[in-house]
Amino acid sequence: MNTSNQLSEALLAEHRPVMFRYALLQLKDTELADDAVQETLLAAWQASANFEGKAGLRTWLIGILKHKIADHWRRSAREVVTAEFDQIDNDEDESDEDAFFMSNGHWNGGPTTWNDPEAALKQQEFWAIYETCQNNLPPKMAKVFMLRELVGLEAEEVCRETSLSDANYWVTMHRARLRLRECLEIRWFNQSKTKKEHRHA
Amino acid sequence: MRSCRDITALVSQGLDMKLSLGERLAIGVHVMMCSRCRNFQSQTQFIRKAAHRYTEQLQQQLDKKS
Repeated sequence: MNTSNQLSEALLAEHRPVMFRYALLQLKDTELADDAVQETLLAAWQASANFEGKAGLRTWLIGILKHKIADHWRRSAREVVTAEFDQIDNDEDESDEDAFFMSNGHWNGGPTTWNDPEAALKQQEFWAIYETCQNNLPPKMAKVFMLRELVGLEAEEVCRETSLSDANYWVTMHRARLRLRECLEIRWFNQSKTKKEHRHA
Repeated sequence: MRSCRDITALVSQGLDMKLSLGERLAIGVHVMMCSRCRNFQSQTQFIRKAAHRYTEQLQQQLDKKS
């Protein structure tokens, strides 16, 4: 049991939060997500003698976790409510960045100053808008964004997960942020500005 | 002089990797003069914060349900 390539519990546990968020976003249920992570850690522990190279530990763990999540869907007759990360096809839209900038690289429109973004975080309505904006991203872009910002994978792990090249990753994340930013500005920050002006009028 | 398109791409990259000193300087000088890129910079940091908060809230909501 105590061979040198045996993975320690502590080492496995380090990856628990990331795996939990990964499972949670797909299963939308904390108990199920917890179970999937538990099963994954157990399987990893049992198979740890087969694991080589601790650098890719998280990739390996997520590989196992994906199987556990797939098992769950197979077992349950429940409909898949959320877009499963793996079902997503490419949806490259090469022209879409152009709308944000003019041909000389200057902003076309562009970011206005937001009034008290911190306050927005405390408002229920803001989160509905945030969710809408996030869901409005093209599927592949949403996946990359969520793996990075919601699950908390490192950039290179996201690339491995999604088979994106470095260059494509940077472009995709940049576009995701441009789109989200614009959506939040239009649907929330400019709206609340108008509302306030009305109130004072 | 780099364009707003290039600067915002760098700002975005800077959220995911450590930029070189030259790149960080280029951003610093640009945002001093360009309010839109300055807004972009603070807003992308805000979006990151919101994404983290969103995940926490999702977890809490789901906890309550189960």
